[in-house]
Amino acid sequence: MSSPPGRRARLSAPGTNTSSVEAREELRRRLQGLIEGNRVMIFSKSYCPHSTRVKELFSSLGVEYNILELDKIDDGAAVQEVLSEITNQRTVPNIFVNKVHMGGCDRTLQAHQSGLLQKVLQEDSHEPSYDYDLIVIGGGSGGLSCAKEAAILGKKVMVLDFVIPSPHGTTWGLGGTCVNVGCIPKKLMHQAALLGQALHDSRKFGWEYNQQVKHNWETMIEAIQNYIGSLNWGYRVSMRENAVAYINSYGEFVEHHKVKATNRKGQATYYTAAKFVIATGERPRYLGIQGDKEYCITSDDLFSLPYCPGKTLVVGASYVALECAGFLAGIGLDVSVMVRSILLRGFDQEMAEKVGSYMEEHGVKFLRKFVPVMIQQLESGSPGKLKVVAKSTDGPETIEGIYNTVLLAIGRDSCTRKIGLEKISVKINEKNGKIPVNDVEQTNVPYVYAIGDILEGKPELTPVAIQAGKLLARRLFGGRIEKCDYINVPTTIFTPLEYGCCGLSEEKAIDVYGKENLEVYHTLFWPLEWTVAERDNNTCYAKIICNRPDNDRVVGFHILGPNAGEVTQGFAAAMKCGLTKQLLDDTIGIHPTCGEIFTSLEITKSSGLAITQKGC
Amino acid sequence: MHQAALLGAQIQDAHHYGWEVTHPVQHDWKKMAEAVQNYIKSLNWGHRVQLQDRKVKYLNIKASFVNEHTVCGVTKADKKTLLSADHIVIATGGRPKYPMHVEGALEYGITSDDIFWMKESPGKTLVVGGSYVALECAGFLSGVGLDTTVMLRSIPLRGFDQQMSSLVTEHMASHGIQFLRGCTPSRVRRLPDGRLQVTWEDRASGNEDSGTFDTVLWAIGRVPETRSLNLEKAGVIISPDSQKILVDAWEATSVPHIYAIGDVAEGRPELTPTAIMAGKLLAQRLFGGSSALMEYDNVPTTVFTPLEYGCVGLSEEEAVARHGQECVEVYHAYYKPLEFTVAERDASQCYIKVVCLREPPQLLLGLHFLGPSAGEVTQGFALGIKCGASYKQLMRTVGIHPTCAEEVAKLHISKRSGLDPTVTGC
Repeated sequence: MSSPPGRRARLSAPGTNTSSVEAREELRRRLQGLIEGNRVMIFSKSYCPHSTRVKELFSSLGVEYNILELDKIDDGAAVQEVLSEITNQRTVPNIFVNKVHMGGCDRTLQAHQSGLLQKVLQEDSHEPSYDYDLIVIGGGSGGLSCAKEAAILGKKVMVLDFVIPSPHGTTWGLGGTCVNVGCIPKKLMHQAALLGQALHDSRKFGWEYNQQVKHNWETMIEAIQNYIGSLNWGYRVSMRENAVAYINSYGEFVEHHKVKATNRKGQATYYTAAKFVIATGERPRYLGIQGDKEYCITSDDLFSLPYCPGKTLVVGASYVALECAGFLAGIGLDVSVMVRSILLRGFDQEMAEKVGSYMEEHGVKFLRKFVPVMIQQLESGSPGKLKVVAKSTDGPETIEGIYNTVLLAIGRDSCTRKIGLEKISVKINEKNGKIPVNDVEQTNVPYVYAIGDILEGKPELTPVAIQAGKLLARRLFGGRIEKCDYINVPTTIFTPLEYGCCGLSEEKAIDVYGKENLEVYHTLFWPLEWTVAERDNNTCYAKIICNRPDNDRVVGFHILGPNAGEVTQGFAAAMKCGLTKQLLDDTIGIHPTCGEIFTSLEITKSSGLAITQKGC
Repeated sequence: MHQAALLGAQIQDAHHYGWEVTHPVQHDWKKMAEAVQNYIKSLNWGHRVQLQDRKVKYLNIKASFVNEHTVCGVTKADKKTLLSADHIVIATGGRPKYPMHVEGALEYGITSDDIFWMKESPGKTLVVGGSYVALECAGFLSGVGLDTTVMLRSIPLRGFDQQMSSLVTEHMASHGIQFLRGCTPSRVRRLPDGRLQVTWEDRASGNEDSGTFDTVLWAIGRVPETRSLNLEKAGVIISPDSQKILVDAWEATSVPHIYAIGDVAEGRPELTPTAIMAGKLLAQRLFGGSSALMEYDNVPTTVFTPLEYGCVGLSEEEAVARHGQECVEVYHAYYKPLEFTVAERDASQCYIKVVCLREPPQLLLGLHFLGPSAGEVTQGFALGIKCGASYKQLMRTVGIHPTCAEEVAKLHISKRSGLDPTVTGC
C-alpha cells in the first residue's frame, strides 16, 4: 500500500531524519507566510513562458504581485515539492490571490475571462491596512541593512532613528554605534596610534626628520569627524535612493502594530506597520556612583571630544576599554586602566593576558582589582581635573588618583526598556534587558523581530547585525529561508597589539569537547617588519585548538600580532569549510607574512616544549 | 625595503592623523641597507647554527658531478674534495639573467643580487623588466624617494592575472614611477661624470631614445644554476629551453636517486615556501617512510609592490581557458580601505575579485586581492580554497569590521551583471 500524500505520511515514514522534517515544516511556514502576506503571490520559474504570461496579465491589470522564482533559489526543488503538497499542483506557475489558490497559468487566465479573478482580487481580507509594511526602530548597521533590503524587495519601509544625548551632551547622526561612536572612529584612532609607532620604526629604516614629533588631538578629531559626517550623509542618501522613509524621531510602541515617533522638538506622530524590527542597540553603562554622570565620559563622547583628554583613567576591561586605553597611550597620553577582575571576559584568557601585558610593557598602567567609588571634580576645564577614589575588591584598601579625564567602559546596556515593549508584551530578559528571539530573530510577539546587539546570547558585532538584518528582510519579504549563522563568527580587537580570533577560546573548547580530546598548537613569532625595527621578539603569538576525535578539526583560531584582522578573515572562511590541522599543514605559506605561521605550527602545548624564537 | 617604503608613505599619512612631523623628511639609504644586511647576516648565522645543531655537515664549496653517486667540491682556495652519497638533492636555485646582447649590460648594470647589498643609494634608477622582481624593486626604490623608471618589453607580471597586473602598474605610475612600455634597451655607456647613458628602442615605432641614470637594474628573469654542475656526467636531463632540471611528482630527476627541488626544477613555482615544503616532504619520503607528495596546485603568493597584490588559484584568463567563459563567474569590487579615507589616499586601484565556477554552489577557482596587507589577507583564503570553499560558503563568512579582508566576504557584484562594483558605505 502506498502512503497517502501529505504531512502525515512523511512524519510516519521510517528512518526519516528529524532535522529534515523540521526543515520541511520551516519551509512550509515560510511559504504560508508568503501566501498570506501578499495580495498576489506567484511561484514561478524565470524561464517559463507560462509564468511570463501570468505576470503580464497582472501587470496589465495594474495589480502588484510578488514572485518567487524557484530556479533562482537554492532550495527551489524543495519549495516545489512543498507547494505540491499544499496545492496538489506540481507545476509552475502556481498562483495565489488573497490567499486563494488560483491554480496555474490556464486556470488563472480562465478566471480572468470569467470575472472570477477580479472578484477574488476585490475580496480584500479583513486585515487592517497599515501605513507601512515594515518599521525598523533604530538606524544602526543592522536596522539600516534590514530596511534597505526590505525596500529593495518592494516593501514600504520606515526607519526611526534618534540619538538621546549622552550625559556629557554628545549626539551624532544616522548610522548607529559602529559608524559614529564605535568601530570606525576607534579603528581610525588606532591607526593614528599605529602611525606613531611607524614614525618610531621609520628611523630604523633610514628615514630622517626632526626628532620633535607631537600629536595634535584636534587635527585628528576633525579629520575623523569629517569622515564620519560623510558616512552619515551616505546613509541618508542610500535610504532616499531606496525609498525608505527615514525619520529622525524616537520610536516607542503604544499599542499593537503602532508606534509613536517623537522628534527633537517633542512633537509626536503615530505610524502603523504590519511588521516591526527592533534594532535599538546599546549604550554605555555608568557606574552609579557619586559624580559619574557629571564628570566621566564614555566611548559615546571620546571620539568627538573637542579637546585632548590628557591624563586618562579608563575604567573597565572590556575590549572597548582596552582599545581606547591603547590608542590614547599610543598618541602619547598618560593612561591607566582600572580593572575589577579579568581582562576581556568571554575571550580566551591566555590571549587576553598577553594583550594586557603588551599594553603594560608599552606604558599603560593597570590598576587591578579596584573599583571606583567616587569621582570628584577638582578643576573644571577642557580637560579639567578629577579626583578618583577607588576601593580594592579584595580588602579595605582604597586608593586615590588625579586625572584629567575618566572614561567609563564597564559594559553596555540594551536600549529596550523605554520603547514601549511592555505595551505589546514583547518579552525581554529583565536582568540584562536583552530580547530573546528564536532562530529566525522573531520575538515572542510574532510580527515583532529583533536584531543586533540587543539579542540575547548573540555576538555584538556590526557585520553580524548587517547579515542578520539582510537575511531577515529576505525571509520576511523575499521568500528566502536562509538563517543568520552565528557560529564561528570571527572578530578582532584593535589593541596596540591586535588580537584576532575565530571559534572557541581554549577555556570554552575544554568545556565543550573535554581537555583530553583537544590538541593545542602554538608558537611565538617575530614579524619580519619588527626585526629591523628592533621591536620586541617573543611577543606575537599564534594558537589553534583542534578537536582530535573529529579529524583534528580546528575549533579555535587565535592570533596576536600586526594586522590580526586581515589575517583572521580568511582563516574564518576556511573554518566555515571545515578546516583541519592537516589542511593547515598542507597549505603553502605566503612568504614573508605573519599569516604563514599557521601553516607550520608544530609544537603542541601539551608537549611543554619551548616556543620562544631565538634571537641573533 | 618594501617596509621602508611603506613607512615613508605612513610618514606622509601621519599628519592627517594629527602627528606634527616637521619637514624635510629624508631617507638615508646607508642606514636602511645596514639594518637590513645586519638582519640577513643574523639569519645566515642562524641557518649555520641550525645545521650544526642537527649535525648536518655544511661545506662552503662549489659542487659538480663526477658520476651519478659522486660530486666534486672546490673551495675558494681551489682545494678539491670528492664526496659520494646514496641520494643527492640539487637545490642550486637560480641567478638573475643579464641581457648579454646589450652592450655594457654586464659591465655597468646590476641585478637584484646586488641591490640589497649596495652601501650607497642607487640614485636615479632604471629597472629593466616586468617580472615581480622588477616591479617590487622599482616600487621600493621609488618609495624611499628615488627617481625610478621601469622599462617593459611587453606585459607586466606575465603569468599573473592581467587585469590585476595592469592595476598594479597603474598604481605605480600614478605614484611617480615612469614606465617605458614596449621598449628594449640596446646599449649602456658610462658618461664622463660617472652616470650611465642608456639607449633603447621603441619597438612599435622603431625610434631610438636615451636617458641618463645612476643605476641600471636588470630584472628580466632568472637562469637556473645548472650549467656548472656537470649534470651530463651523472646523466641528469635538463630542459633544453629553460635549462631547468626535469623532475617527476616525487621530485626525482631522470636519475632515480638524484632529486631536484626549488627554483632549479622544471615547472615548479619559484617560491620559497614551496621549496621548503618540497624539501621537507622529500626528506620524509626518503627517510621517514612517508608517501606524501608535494601539491603544487593553489599555491598562494603575494607581490610586494607599493600596492600589494595577493593571489591564490587561477587567474581569470586561466579559469576561462580551462572552463569556458560561460561556466565562469567573477565577483569583484573596488573598495576603499578605511585608513585611506582620513589619510586622503587614492584608492582607485584597491580591487578584489574572486573567480568561481558559475554552477552552484560556485566552487572558488581563484582569489585576487589588491590592497594593503595583501599577503596577510590572502593566506587564510588560500586555506579556504584548499578546503574546497564555494562562493556560497564565502558569503556565509561573517566579516571582521573594519578590515580590508572583510570586503572579500562581501563580494556580490558579478562582472557579468555589468553593475558598478564600487563599494559604498559600510
